[in-house]
Amino acid sequence: MAINPVLSNIEGYDVERIRQDFPVLNQQVRGKQLVYLDNAATSQKPKAVIDSIVHYYENDNANIHRGVHTLSERATLSYENARKKVASFMNAASEKEIVFARGATEAINLVANAFAQKLKAGDEVLITAMEHHSNIVPWQMLCEKTGAVLKVAPINDKGELIWDAFEALVSNKTKFAAVSHMSNALGTINPIKQMIDVLHQFDVPVLIDGAQAIPHIAVDVQALDCEFYVFSGHKLYAPTGIGALYGKMEQLEHMAPYQGGGDMISIVTFENTAYNKVPYKFEAGTPNIAGTIGLGAAIDYINSVGIDAIAAHENSLLEYATDLSHKIDKLRIIGTADNKGAILSFVLDGIHPHDIGTMMDHQGIAVRAGHHCAMPVMDFFGVPATARASFAMYNTYEEVDALMAGIENLIEMFG
Amino acid sequence: MLDDLRDLYQEVIFDHNRNPRNFRVMDDADRQIDGFNPLCGDRLTLFIKLDGDKIADASFQGQGCAISTASASLMTDIVKGQTEQEAQHLFSLFHKMATGEHVEMDELGKLAVLAGVCEYPARVKCATLPWHTLDALLKGVEEPVTTE
Repeated sequence: MAINPVLSNIEGYDVERIRQDFPVLNQQVRGKQLVYLDNAATSQKPKAVIDSIVHYYENDNANIHRGVHTLSERATLSYENARKKVASFMNAASEKEIVFARGATEAINLVANAFAQKLKAGDEVLITAMEHHSNIVPWQMLCEKTGAVLKVAPINDKGELIWDAFEALVSNKTKFAAVSHMSNALGTINPIKQMIDVLHQFDVPVLIDGAQAIPHIAVDVQALDCEFYVFSGHKLYAPTGIGALYGKMEQLEHMAPYQGGGDMISIVTFENTAYNKVPYKFEAGTPNIAGTIGLGAAIDYINSVGIDAIAAHENSLLEYATDLSHKIDKLRIIGTADNKGAILSFVLDGIHPHDIGTMMDHQGIAVRAGHHCAMPVMDFFGVPATARASFAMYNTYEEVDALMAGIENLIEMFG
Repeated sequence: MLDDLRDLYQEVIFDHNRNPRNFRVMDDADRQIDGFNPLCGDRLTLFIKLDGDKIADASFQGQGCAISTASASLMTDIVKGQTEQEAQHLFSLFHKMATGEHVEMDELGKLAVLAGVCEYPARVKCATLPWHTLDALLKGVEEPVTTE
């Protein structure tokens, strides 16, 4: 398969140089050059991120926010610098609006937990039919606790939100809304700005699950005007176990803490405890300091490449892959939204996604096979699972060619 | 290029995947139970008819990968006519084979075509799901079985 010359050159984007920054890519799997296309599950880490963690442990390791000694001051500074980097990356008004969490899942649970005190029976929580389990289950648990009702905005056959049905579900009863920015199973990018505007007409606080979107789309939380935006670092070229919650200060100040412990308090007696101020109120215990520093380094790295350049490159890979996949008769793309991120979720006629996953691995190609933690989406499309190729800043047109050749191979093998 | 993959995907497996044996709902089943692999979403319903302590008939329905479909197809074929004890014994042999323990392949008969699965840790449960489901069914469990 020839590489489309028009697509192959986004001005100044040097993918080969970027690849050299990711040591893991340079290896053979089952005797073949690794083609890593499971970026929607987790992305690989650039050397700068790995080095930042090594540097921290080799030079600065200490607990933060308490020691008066030099190492503790250094560790605290690096940790708090990472908070500033996250704030600036999302264009938050203040770094105090950034709460570190283990990932998007914990961030959502933190917010859902706080709203248990604010919701009552008969209130409604609105989500969409394309949510990841992590943006379904915490709200189900909240509804169970409070007697609130979970409402689900439906999607169409392309995997897009049905706008009129969504609007019809927003009312004075709606007391919270949680929406994914980009679907992990389908690639759909939701019109979140318009959704937030509609929800705000009814004073509904909105949480945006940005786990899938943030590596691909420039996020400006002030322009969006969302109350909350959550993401996981590990999909953003940072380590696992670190993520962030952006929350408007006026919201965070009136929210109950998530966990009790050290660092989240200002004064403790056996009679009473005064909580620390935002964001520390939500960061009980010694945090993932190294991971947080790694997240800061990942953001520096992304900024050095440019999120818009990354997005353009990935969109061009998706377009190329989509065009090629139309030439494979047995292939059906699941998720064909007009506005879509770099995810190609597909099924092959008569071949189960798990067999696809194993057979692709045999060709050195890592794709995800399964329900992608979005069982309701699978039910909607009437499939038990899909295979999913997802692209990142370091993927190439040649890798898309390898993917398509791999698919052709296994179709031939299955007969 | 995929030659080594033939160890896992032998022609017999493709054959059973394309034309699964005993793939039907059994209206007059004595027992039936659902098996589910929550990791991958594979599910099957297993039916058996008993004649004393013998399995007079076995069938299945469901949706799964080639490995789990072939495994269910082969299993329902082989346990027909066996006593519950014989089937349980075969399950323990099959489980050992799938997880890479040494077993006498002769005892496993046709099931030996699934031996390659032990090289693929992520796929062992695909092969064993039908057997775990049968095991539960023979023990009289009524709740759905999961591999987790």
